Amino acid sequence: MGSITLEKVSKSFGTTSVIPEIDLEINDGEFVVFVGPSGCGKSTLLRMIAGLEDLSGGRIIIDGKDMSNEAPAKRGLSMVFQSYALYPHMSVYQNIAFPLKMDGQEKSAIDKKVKDAAHTLNLTSYLDRRPGQLSGGQRQRVAIGRAIVRQPKAFLFDEPLSNLDAALRGNMRLEISDLHHQLKTTMIYVTHDQVEAMTMADKIVVLNAGRIEQVGSPLELYKSPRNVFVAGFIGSPRMNLVSGAAAEKHNATTLGVRPEHVQISKTEGAWKGTVGVTEHLGSDTFIHVDADGVGKITVRADGDFATEHGQSIYLTPDPNRLHRFDANGQAI
Amino acid sequence: MATLQTRATARIMMSPAVILLFLWMIVPLVMTLYFSFLRYNLLMPGTEEYVGFLNYRYFLTDPAFFTALGNTLLLVGGTLLITVIGGILLAIVLDQPFWGQGIVRLLVIAPFFVMPTVSALVWKNMLMHPVNGLFAWIARTFGFAPVDWFAQVPLFSIILIVAWQWLPFATLILLTALQSLDGEQIEAAEMDGAGPLSRFIYLVLPHLSRAITVVILIQTIFLLSVFAEILVTTNGGPGLQTTNIAYLIYSQALLQFDVGGASAGGIVAVILANIVAFFLIRLIGKNLER
Amino acid sequence: MARSVTTQRKLIFTIIGWSIGFLIFFPILWTFLTSFKTEGTAVATPPQFLFFDWTLENYHEVQSRSDYGKHVMNSIVISVGSTLLGLALAIPAAWAMAFSPTKRTKDILMWMLSTKMMPSVGVLVPLYLIFRDWGLLDSRLGLVAVLTMINLPIIVWMLYTYFKEIPGEILEAARMDGASLMKEIIYVLTPMAVPGIASTMLLNIILAWNEAFWTLNLTAANAAPLTAFIASYSSPEGLFWAKLSAASTMAIAPILIMGWFSQKQLVRGLTFGAVK
Repeated sequence: MGSITLEKVSKSFGTTSVIPEIDLEINDGEFVVFVGPSGCGKSTLLRMIAGLEDLSGGRIIIDGKDMSNEAPAKRGLSMVFQSYALYPHMSVYQNIAFPLKMDGQEKSAIDKKVKDAAHTLNLTSYLDRRPGQLSGGQRQRVAIGRAIVRQPKAFLFDEPLSNLDAALRGNMRLEISDLHHQLKTTMIYVTHDQVEAMTMADKIVVLNAGRIEQVGSPLELYKSPRNVFVAGFIGSPRMNLVSGAAAEKHNATTLGVRPEHVQISKTEGAWKGTVGVTEHLGSDTFIHVDADGVGKITVRADGDFATEHGQSIYLTPDPNRLHRFDANGQAI
Repeated sequence: MATLQTRATARIMMSPAVILLFLWMIVPLVMTLYFSFLRYNLLMPGTEEYVGFLNYRYFLTDPAFFTALGNTLLLVGGTLLITVIGGILLAIVLDQPFWGQGIVRLLVIAPFFVMPTVSALVWKNMLMHPVNGLFAWIARTFGFAPVDWFAQVPLFSIILIVAWQWLPFATLILLTALQSLDGEQIEAAEMDGAGPLSRFIYLVLPHLSRAITVVILIQTIFLLSVFAEILVTTNGGPGLQTTNIAYLIYSQALLQFDVGGASAGGIVAVILANIVAFFLIRLIGKNLER
Repeated sequence: MARSVTTQRKLIFTIIGWSIGFLIFFPILWTFLTSFKTEGTAVATPPQFLFFDWTLENYHEVQSRSDYGKHVMNSIVISVGSTLLGLALAIPAAWAMAFSPTKRTKDILMWMLSTKMMPSVGVLVPLYLIFRDWGLLDSRLGLVAVLTMINLPIIVWMLYTYFKEIPGEILEAARMDGASLMKEIIYVLTPMAVPGIASTMLLNIILAWNEAFWTLNLTAANAAPLTAFIASYSSPEGLFWAKLSAASTMAIAPILIMGWFSQKQLVRGLTFGAVK
């Protein structure tokens, strides 16, 4: 059980408002990702749900009960911190056992749960070590172990992968997704990395300057971003955003087209341009084109597409997959 | 942590230390200030009266004050010169890899833990004694006439003792700072063709500048009030040759029982120390912000 | 980084390093050696370095002085007492400043530091008079009180810099794990803070043990710690080098060993965290 409802939740420090009123519904078992640039208030929001930050207004309802003023311990949530926040003076075993010990459970029950968790997370052979003797990925797993043993109503993750290197990040992403499928517990995950959001989430909440820009499944956000911010934030490489005459042709202030939705030709097309840098990834080729009267456009082409720096090239955006935005940046 | 309840608890937890320290600072200071405007001699009780700035005038125009001020400056300056330069050289040596580095490090910092009265007496009697002292023996061995340290160069002798006590402090801090120097920076400089000397001048010295400032300021605070070393070796003499401000005030208060005069001197000393403290506190405050 | 150091270079620095270390340590070594000599060999010319008849006589004699034990006890009571009292005052204060900082926290810290800068002579007169009037002159209690206040700023500062290094996220993690405030303090905070508290304690015992302004000015026969006891050798007993050396060795040995153990924390404590 773990549905969480935010009602008109707001936060301000002194006179500066960090989060204006936010409403959000998180269903039981959902994997929700809060994503946004740094300083957008996503971590603050998570900490307010955890009870580590006071609310300035509104209510937080967990499983139908108003928990707005409850102590963190009473909310039945677990959190994995960015720095892992492992207890340096305790062994891995003691770290994982700590929440159970605080809960006053029996030694034998604790032992079984810790060993189960360690088994799930491949930590069995490290149980006697101190956190300082572990690698980044192992520490991460201990932090997750500590979170899962008490079987919380929901897991909160605060940028848990940002201290890991790229390869490990990819692995841990899979592991956390796996874990979600196994446990089927609500998870709220905060990140600034839209790739993590797209790959893991059932539901993405895009935040910007404390406001929710859009809520939806990864594909919804990809296919129909509600405004320029979401359009530019979701998707990699970023959506091309064109303004001026080229956009006005389509009755829009800003015209958005994803790199993968541009036809490329050496002979004819809507926009003429010059090839700049070409990035060969093997599977794909990203070509950065300086299009006349349009601006810089990134295009995705086949892995073996061959061009040369300075070559003339023609681009045609897919008319069915254009995103048009008005002067306020809202989708038309 | 930022909840209202914790903040109220915090205030209660801080108050005993803050209140006591405040009393400790303000009560004696106000009393000193008050006494400094009185004629007040413990040998003549009942004759206390307000005399305005008379004590200050006496204290500041007394030739002994200028001698003591000069001695204080020489003592502080000389010790600083020896400890900072010696400290830099020592830190560089200790930073090199060699056999037994850890042990040598322990040997070098040892003098800092020797109580001032012990180091003063050991130096005075066993090393600097003009007849039986080790220095005298060394001098004679090489055919020189032994120096009668405390008769011929009393202030310099005290500077030597104090410098020996504080050299470990400077060395340790400079060594710590040296070890925090980024190895890649040095390597980059090497790639750029900088020799050892220019690496020292352009990289090491600027990197050490903050630590050097800290050493100078903290030592100055302590050196301004060197006392025990003078008390057990020379009693300020011969004449006034080793009397510093601290010792002058002490002798005025507890040897001549002139409370008013000593208080005026105390206020002068506080002002002098505050000039140094002002810079030190600003420096440390800046570090706190990072 | 990974360049091998030539053996020759290492050898040169070994010689330089050990020579300097020996020179600086020599006065202490000399005191130590002299303490095992007879008064005769102590003043012998040429000096006897190692090959003399080692004797423990001086240690017996110093200890048999009726008041020696009393001075040792005074030193222990005063340095440990003032440190414990200081810790009792400083731990809550540093705690509050590190974990619940306000806009004024920095100002308070700075102000505390500034009290440390006040020269002792500035307040010698009133303190002497207060002590005289309250009957605290030459009492352990009085010295404990003075040394507590003298070192309180350093204790607060050191603890503050140690507590500051305990990441707030760990405390939050404990709270999320269901720990009450009491349990948070017992299971998480205290174990993490103990090393910092221990080294603060060590450094302050050292500083209090060696303090030689107030101990010399506010004590006479009864409460005098070892600093003052040794000072009594200045004359004419200073001529008894072997006994002076034995007394000195006993006065500095425990502190020297403590100091060697705490050398890593020393820099931070002595520079108020300005150099780590």
